[in-house]
Amino acid sequence: MTSNLLSLILFTPIAGLLVLLFIPSSNKTLIKLWANLTAAAGFLVSLPLIMNFNRNLDGYQFVERADWIPSLGVQYLIGVDGISVLMVMLTTFMGLIAIFSSWDAIKDREKEYYAMFLIQQTGMIGVFISMDFLLFYVFWELVLVPMYFIIGVWGGPRKLYAAIKFFLYTLAGGVLMLLGILTLYFQHASQFGRYTFEITELMKLNLPLGLQQWVFWAFFLGFAIKVPMFPFHTWLPDAHTEAPTAGSVILAAVLLKMGTYGFIRFSLPLLPSASSDRTIVTVLAVLSIIGILYGALVSLMQQDWKKLVAYSSVSHLGFCTLGIFALNHAGIAGSVIQQINHGISTGMLFLIVGVIYERRHTREIKEYGGLAHVMPNYAIVFAFAMLSSAGLPLLNGFVGEFTILQAAFDANRVWAAFAVLGVIFGAAYLLWLYQRTMLGEVTNEKNKGLPDLNWREWAVFIPLMIWAVAIGVYPKPYFDILEKPVAQIVHRVHQTANSVANAPAVSSEAVSK
Amino acid sequence: MSVYYTSTDHFVLLPALLLALFGCATLIFDLFIFPEPKQRRWLLLFLVIGEAFAGVAFARQQMFLAGHGGDLTAFNGALVIDNYSLYFHWIFLATTLIVGLISYKYLEVRNEHHGEYYGLLMMAQCGMFFLASGTELVTIFVGLETMAITFYILVGFLRSDKRSNEAALKYLLLGSMSSGFLAYGFSVLYGIADSTRLQAITAAVAARDAWDPILLLGIATTAVGLLFKISAAPFHMWAPDAYEGAPTTITAYLAVGSKAASFALLLRMFAGTLGSARVAWEPLMIAAAILSMTVGNLAAVTQTNTKRLLAYSGINHAGYILLGLIAGNPTGLKGVLVYVLVYTFMNLGAFLVLTSLTRQGLAGEDINDLRGLMKRAPGHALWMLVFLVSLAGIPPTAGFLGKYFIFLALIETGHVALAVVAAAYVAVSVYYYFRLVKAVFIETEESEAPPLATSLGTQIALGVTGALTLGIGIYPEPFLRLAQMSISR
Repeated sequence: MTSNLLSLILFTPIAGLLVLLFIPSSNKTLIKLWANLTAAAGFLVSLPLIMNFNRNLDGYQFVERADWIPSLGVQYLIGVDGISVLMVMLTTFMGLIAIFSSWDAIKDREKEYYAMFLIQQTGMIGVFISMDFLLFYVFWELVLVPMYFIIGVWGGPRKLYAAIKFFLYTLAGGVLMLLGILTLYFQHASQFGRYTFEITELMKLNLPLGLQQWVFWAFFLGFAIKVPMFPFHTWLPDAHTEAPTAGSVILAAVLLKMGTYGFIRFSLPLLPSASSDRTIVTVLAVLSIIGILYGALVSLMQQDWKKLVAYSSVSHLGFCTLGIFALNHAGIAGSVIQQINHGISTGMLFLIVGVIYERRHTREIKEYGGLAHVMPNYAIVFAFAMLSSAGLPLLNGFVGEFTILQAAFDANRVWAAFAVLGVIFGAAYLLWLYQRTMLGEVTNEKNKGLPDLNWREWAVFIPLMIWAVAIGVYPKPYFDILEKPVAQIVHRVHQTANSVANAPAVSSEAVSK
Repeated sequence: MSVYYTSTDHFVLLPALLLALFGCATLIFDLFIFPEPKQRRWLLLFLVIGEAFAGVAFARQQMFLAGHGGDLTAFNGALVIDNYSLYFHWIFLATTLIVGLISYKYLEVRNEHHGEYYGLLMMAQCGMFFLASGTELVTIFVGLETMAITFYILVGFLRSDKRSNEAALKYLLLGSMSSGFLAYGFSVLYGIADSTRLQAITAAVAARDAWDPILLLGIATTAVGLLFKISAAPFHMWAPDAYEGAPTTITAYLAVGSKAASFALLLRMFAGTLGSARVAWEPLMIAAAILSMTVGNLAAVTQTNTKRLLAYSGINHAGYILLGLIAGNPTGLKGVLVYVLVYTFMNLGAFLVLTSLTRQGLAGEDINDLRGLMKRAPGHALWMLVFLVSLAGIPPTAGFLGKYFIFLALIETGHVALAVVAAAYVAVSVYYYFRLVKAVFIETEESEAPPLATSLGTQIALGVTGALTLGIGIYPEPFLRLAQMSISR
């Protein structure tokens, strides 16, 4: 496979950006049009990826390799397996949705706004396809700067605080993760005499458990802050609440997944003994469960519509990490699917908040009520998104949550018991939110005569709704595509866990070219 | 021994001679040929020609080294041209050129356009030459003083500005004290080795126990003198004041050139000559590094004057560079070289943007003067973003590369705790760099701000520093090779 498809996908947004820079900033329509075209092109070029992806093969596909910094052993090495493919598709799709949804919402400095989104697209895609750890790190950090601006320039009243908090938290985690990466790099050099950041090479390392644990915690800080897991989640409500709608959508749908993806792609396969270590697994699972319950309970208390959705993210992402650290096939596959589901449903919920915010410029829940009478279509879409998020069978959320709960039950029944509570709370805060905003009489004069969804808003919601139903009704393709990569990870974690001292037993993971 | 000045001596010394010659000539030119301030722009051309001559001389030395292997020593081992010193000479050359390019507009705006300025720039570079190439204590000391004294003058160059005068005086007093320390340390080292040549001192130091009190005294005083010059805490007190008061262009020169030169010497002294006494100086350097990062970062957070902010950021960076010396393995030393290189361009760039903000009567030094820069001058604003992101050490900019080597070296040598501290401070530093970013991009200025003071020179300099800051980050391979070559002996 010598196509340059992945590079094409990766650099389409940047190419579009270069053209965008030459459009005068006064020509707003052209800027918007061009940004949308670029995003659409970005999505279209990613379609051949999923169509030509062979789900029966082990290892990575569409691999491209070139030297980048030979003296450090850094390569431009990109490739995808089943997990990455789904993430890339999620990114290109949600990127298109987010950019399209900004058409009316952003009214100043459009050029810079779309430029930031396009840079961010490249950064996020890069994170999901890098097979070189330093390349991964570069993309990981590259994402931060545009998001800082998206929140800081186009955000709500407390945007400056939220933007810098987001930046500092994630950067601090990232730098400590870098120390972990460098440790692996150095260990690899001293064991094999060759400096490389190639992940499949680093997997050949045989590290003592103690060192693995240290590196694990370094990675943990980077990934857990990004996810965010329970004690590190405080940046998220601020960032989500203050960001413009499209920023929140991307943040929830894709940016947070970089953390969970990191756990699956790096922590588990690179540090198998540490990530199957009893203490670590317990700590991670407990933090996940606290995240699930805490996120849900705090959501119940929220007065601010958008903040409620933000906290619900903490809860949903708790399911994702719980699934990962159930360390079985169903758990990890369920987690990946749940990450996509969360992208769709929470993306939709943020868009829904955005729709009403554009009309009323307030997010206070008590300002609303009875909107279903004024905006019936809107209420239908909201109901749909709410049910998808709450995990109603036949919609996407159910598939992920159910699989994760099943996996958690296999791993530890107590975990499952607590996690189930999260599902119940989840239904509670969503239904209550719906009741308070949509049902009953129209109590607030200002809400009378609000226009219903326009065609552009429909165009944003319809694809998301179709995707949600598709996953809910027929999730098999997703499980199929995840089958091989997840089996590999699970195999690796359990095999090394059973034979910690058994030297280089894991060379079967070589890249298939 | 009867030949006092051989052709090798001449070959080695030539660049310094040229610089001194052109520097002196500038003073005379200024007096007789260009009495009108407006005409003095032409002196920049003279500086460029002088640097071109020096550049040719360096290039010939570089080619000689490439052709013959081995180092060029001159004056009985008082001067050396090796890949290491040439690496720094190129940095000094680039720095002086860039500072020269951005200066004329600034000096015209501040109404202090005097020809000797360009002469002094070259004289300072001449002093730096001896810091990087000197391998004999007296030579080094004279070079150091040449550099320092020109800087005392340059810092006070805005004659009618009180702050500039105050800064010069402070810098002079504290600077001469540090020179005193250094001279004391040098004299002790001379006492130990009975020779002023570094080669002899290396042998004498190696023969002694590292905890020998006399040696310890020599090391400590030398360290204090040098830490002062690189503005590492706790010997940093002069930096914020001198940086704030000095003309912005000179602040840039001081922050980059003087620091790079002092690091060239520091590395030669401590990694080379005093390398065998590592156990004795390592704790000292660790303390200085941690203190520098702490003081630099925490003090920078609250600054409202951009020059002071960058002064504290420079103290912080000095701490990081010291970490490379503390690790001391090839990666660490390479890290120091790479760091100095990238620091040169990103810091010059940041100061350059500040220089363009300068306007008559209002120095443009407050953080609020950056407000709305994106609207006023998008080019400057975007490059400023690159410089600030690089200063913060975020990829894919050059600044990341410096941090990368420092972290890796610390991990390789088992200084994990130091690495964690250094990593944590990166997050702190982002906070104050992004205060500037915030001012440039997010905040807007209500009143109509005057246009920027730019010129062809600043445009060129901005392009060069920006392209290098970004370019070294994106494709570092050639620069890494250069650094690698400089430390392999």
